[in-house]
Amino acid sequence: MGLDIRLPIGLLFSVIGLLLVGFGAFGDKGIYQRSLGLNVNLAWGAVLLVFGAIMLILGRRLSAIRPDAGSSAGSDDRTERER
Amino acid sequence: MGLTSIDWIIMAVYSVFVLGIGVALKRYMKTSKDFFLAGRSIPAWVCGLAFISANLGAQEVIGMGASGAKYGIATSHFYWIGAIPAMVFVGIFMMPFYYGSRARSVPEYLRLRFDEKTRGLNAISFATMTVFSSGISVYAMAKLMQTLHILDAPLRSMGLPLSAGFHISVIISALVVLVYILLGGLVSAIYNEVLQFFLIVAGFLPLVLLGLKDVGGWSGIKQQLPTAYTHSWQGMSNPHTNPLGVEWFGLVMGLGFVSSFGYWCTDFLVVQRAMAAESMSAARRTPLIAALPKMVFPFLVVLPGLIAISLPAQRPGLVPSAHGIDAMQEEMAVPGRGLIPPKINETTGQPMLDTNGKPLLDYDLAVPNMLVHYLPTGLLGLGITALLASFMSGMAGNVTAFNTVWTYDIYQAYIHKGASDQHYLWVGRMATIFGIALSVAAAYAATRFNNIMDFLQLVFAFVNAPLFATFLLGMFWKRTTGHAAFGGLLSGTLAAAVHHGLTLPVGAVAGIKGGWLATVHIYPSEMAQNFWTAIWAWSVCMVITILVSLVTQPRREEDLVGLVYSLTKRTSEGHLPWYQRPEALGIAVLVLALILNVIFW
Repeated sequence: MGLDIRLPIGLLFSVIGLLLVGFGAFGDKGIYQRSLGLNVNLAWGAVLLVFGAIMLILGRRLSAIRPDAGSSAGSDDRTERER
Repeated sequence: MGLTSIDWIIMAVYSVFVLGIGVALKRYMKTSKDFFLAGRSIPAWVCGLAFISANLGAQEVIGMGASGAKYGIATSHFYWIGAIPAMVFVGIFMMPFYYGSRARSVPEYLRLRFDEKTRGLNAISFATMTVFSSGISVYAMAKLMQTLHILDAPLRSMGLPLSAGFHISVIISALVVLVYILLGGLVSAIYNEVLQFFLIVAGFLPLVLLGLKDVGGWSGIKQQLPTAYTHSWQGMSNPHTNPLGVEWFGLVMGLGFVSSFGYWCTDFLVVQRAMAAESMSAARRTPLIAALPKMVFPFLVVLPGLIAISLPAQRPGLVPSAHGIDAMQEEMAVPGRGLIPPKINETTGQPMLDTNGKPLLDYDLAVPNMLVHYLPTGLLGLGITALLASFMSGMAGNVTAFNTVWTYDIYQAYIHKGASDQHYLWVGRMATIFGIALSVAAAYAATRFNNIMDFLQLVFAFVNAPLFATFLLGMFWKRTTGHAAFGGLLSGTLAAAVHHGLTLPVGAVAGIKGGWLATVHIYPSEMAQNFWTAIWAWSVCMVITILVSLVTQPRREEDLVGLVYSLTKRTSEGHLPWYQRPEALGIAVLVLALILNVIFW
């Protein structure tokens, strides 16, 4: 299929990561009593951001090697024949 | 519970992505093959993650945490014994026939190998089962949203009654799943399952890490709990010396062999993910790749249950009073255990007691209470999103399996043969709508008659139990005939029902739990009874299929090429590096699983 799944995964986790990092950095610090005093939003947000970025890089690099246009055109051809 | 805007934003972002994937894939859905089989174009690692994610529905995430709290680390047997060996087997030995025969579904393989009636039996029972399983998933999700009071604040601000929360949860989750499957078919379901897989990890891992830090790691848990909870094999020689109430033979045969192989090797819900792979080798690697994360999943879903019971019973002051569970705790006179509250009777509001007058614990709240206990707003939103993701992937898995079996094995086979491919694509889309509508109806049926769901799950267990014997004989013994397969399946199901009707778990009354014919044997636990029901069903199916095969006419060998082991050319994968060869991967997976079993002996 023409869409590399790593792109939406990378994008989703980057967005969620950014949201959590931002909230952890600028939000109320009093909420971390439950999480044993750790600012888990900041820390885990950063982890998710890194994961998202890696997925984006992997997805983009591979779709650059194997352009989407080629593979989807291929499946279109096959569809035409099957009809 | 104290959700704030950041939590809602995270849930909204997730929903946008889930729907967006469906929209992005819409233009690729041109033929029924694209819609039902993902065009057979998906890389192995994507299929592999979808393979476990489709199975990771509501019952799994909530249920495994609950069992972790109830039975301890022995719950991991559902993974290490109850999944890994079967996943290796289906990848190495069975996938060549599923993928290689070009069957489009598991029931269709049965028609190619045996005959029309065997396929019909399997297709109809499977289609019914998927609809109800997805209904149970929707029901459990809506119920959980209600228990956690997630929708209470927005409902209040909109001036709606709190009971509307159930309907809103059902309708929204059903609509989201409907839209993304309708648009992108199986690819959309698979892609979203991969997304959901990562979300479940992202939402649960911080929970486990925080919990472990709090209780002092694994050694802290060991200090808090009786040894039976922290060892998976010790005490398995006798059903009375381990929390599962099963002896090792019942566990290995019942769970590890019959139930597990019956599920992972024959259930189209999971097999469909591997059949969508881009090549034979990718299809064979799918369950093996899936086995790697599956093996460590107990740490994500079972461990929270263990942590929940290791904590001292409700440290006052630590849990902020903003969330709903607290209100319940104030009312209760009887203490729970750790984070597990006692079960409350919904009509009287009183804690429920067992026959000895001790309060029953509501283990299903282990995971949700852990989320509320440790995660601050922000991560809490992510945790709830992870739960939602697991519900949706469970439902979508069932719906995509249903629409395929309905279209290819029921509609095309018995209702309307020889129509155009576009017509079947249309039927598949209609089946998606129809399947989801039926699941919603089933979810509402469950709110009214809880026993009906228990009853149906029981019947499905009877139908599933003998299946693996049929596939095993069909794939590895060319003499097996269609009449034998059909007769074997029916008699195996009957044997399961009769065994259930004649036995009871200890302490239960005759009825839905068994013993409805007469009680000739009492099992030390319900799990032991389930495992032995499966063993009986499998054995009877095996024997009857062999006997009937010997007296009926086998099919000509040339018709069975590609369908039976001895008549199929082995695929050579010698050109691949070792880590891409299914056999090498399979051995690596088994060795790793063995190591885990030894560590947690």
